[in-house]
Amino acid sequence: MELKKRYWNEYLKEIAGDNYFYERSCIRQTFFPGSEATFLKVMKEELGRNIVDNPNQHTCTGIGYHSDVVPFNTTMTICARLLSLMKENRFQHLVTSCVTSFGLFNEVVETWKQFPEELEKTRHYLYKATGREFDLPANIAHPSDIIYKFRKELGQKMKYRLVNKETGNPLRAVEHIGCHYSKIFSEQSIGGTEFPHVLAGMIEAWGGEVIDYPERRHCCGFGFRQYLIKANRGYSVANSRKKFESMQPYKPDFILTNCPGCAMFMDKWQYAIAEMEGVTYDDKGMGIPVLTYEELTGILLGYNPWDVGLQLHQVQAESLLNKIGIPYDPQNKYIGVSGKLLGEPQKPDFLRV
Amino acid sequence: MGRIYDLLLKDVRFQEGLTACMNCGVCTAICPAAEFYNYDPRQICNIVQSKDEEKMLALLKSDIIWYCGQCMSCKSRCPRGNVPGLIISVLRKVSQELGYFTESEKGRQQFAIKRTIGENIINIGYCVHVEKMDPETHPEQGPVWRWYVDHAEEVVDRLGGNYKKKGSGALRAIAQENIDEINQIFEVTGGSEFYGKIEHFSQEKAKSLKQTTDDEIDMNDYFNRVYTENTKDHQK
Repeated sequence: MELKKRYWNEYLKEIAGDNYFYERSCIRQTFFPGSEATFLKVMKEELGRNIVDNPNQHTCTGIGYHSDVVPFNTTMTICARLLSLMKENRFQHLVTSCVTSFGLFNEVVETWKQFPEELEKTRHYLYKATGREFDLPANIAHPSDIIYKFRKELGQKMKYRLVNKETGNPLRAVEHIGCHYSKIFSEQSIGGTEFPHVLAGMIEAWGGEVIDYPERRHCCGFGFRQYLIKANRGYSVANSRKKFESMQPYKPDFILTNCPGCAMFMDKWQYAIAEMEGVTYDDKGMGIPVLTYEELTGILLGYNPWDVGLQLHQVQAESLLNKIGIPYDPQNKYIGVSGKLLGEPQKPDFLRV
Repeated sequence: MGRIYDLLLKDVRFQEGLTACMNCGVCTAICPAAEFYNYDPRQICNIVQSKDEEKMLALLKSDIIWYCGQCMSCKSRCPRGNVPGLIISVLRKVSQELGYFTESEKGRQQFAIKRTIGENIINIGYCVHVEKMDPETHPEQGPVWRWYVDHAEEVVDRLGGNYKKKGSGALRAIAQENIDEINQIFEVTGGSEFYGKIEHFSQEKAKSLKQTTDDEIDMNDYFNRVYTENTKDHQK
């Protein structure tokens, strides 16, 4: 057992404990804005951590970079500008909401370390363009790393567990990890590429059971240009379908992801496949609920599911809320910030909502 | 060395991405693009490693280099630490710099990406944004997306955001001085010049497809064409 622990230590990484510079995700803000707000609330109010949300931040260009319209020099310098904002705030621990951004900052910093002339070139470009200077981050973490780090402390505060309230059995979860979190720099992910544990650790700490299934590490299929261009979307949905078909026999109660894109795709492609082919991957025609780790943390802590943003999912989450025993007010689901009822989305033709 | 290989070598990512590929094919075994497209990353590494200018030129003009989904599963498996996904990025860069991307159906799509993601970055400081994802061009987002777009400010602000307003928060309006600095960075680093090349070569292609030499050409038509065109048999 000692040897196993020692070996496992090699698959862990240093995660900063406080004083974070939060770099927002274009995709997360667009599709699940409640998740970012929930993470900030958990950090400040539950864990008492110091985290800054600088209003002058912007895209890291990750999607533009990986769809090959933004050159690497430009991307490196845009990342450097974000680091200059972190320097202005006197922080050194970068937390990137987006998994693409996480992979990108690791790639950029590793490039600077291995090719110092690239670092000097970036410093020159940034200063010439903006008069700014920057430092390399002392630590780069993904927010899911931080939730993992504090999962036991958060678990003690949680009002609910990942247990079926009727049967008492652990809920069965598929965890899906963004490719750019663990496949590019294995040593930067908890558990490495082969034994990813950042989400499994949360699920197990909070009472659930992790499903291992054949296509567990398969890409969800975002594929950058393969989704951005309408003509290419068949690739994207085919990847997700491969995963759904693989997980279906294991009857998951929900899917948990740490990547903003993956969460959106695994939700929306279930809808698209249902409408195109009349197929869902549960036994009720409703699909398998897909949650972000921020949403899961929030609802188990007792936050209103409609304040964390579950109403923005196309596959409805009520089946999971019912299993856990989390109460919710259906009348509150489609209310806006003004308190006004905003009508309801139309119902899909096949997917039951 | 040949012209194309020289251009590839200048990119630090190429130096990092290809070191003595031994043709084992493990990258192809794990590659999702190889599953669903007529795509073989092993073969691409082979061609590049051979430094055959004629074959590399054919690659730059082909659909093949545009099939990769950039998941980097290849990196996780290569026994030599190569990164076919990174080599693809360099090939795509050279293809666009030299204008060869307009020779292929998939390559021509770069114009649409530049006009959407590319221009979002320099105009609003986001890669993607609610107001740029029209439900009409994104039916796969479902009816909940239509509801969300119709009530974006009410919904985003309920969820703790700050929709298109000053200050911090999700989907805030990014202040102009930040947008200005982003544009200055693009100017200084060659990003603007790269965007200009994508536009220029795409306009030349649009003219040749319409068989006209008009200086003014409707690029909206060309956008719609490259965004939706899927004529060849790209799949296995």
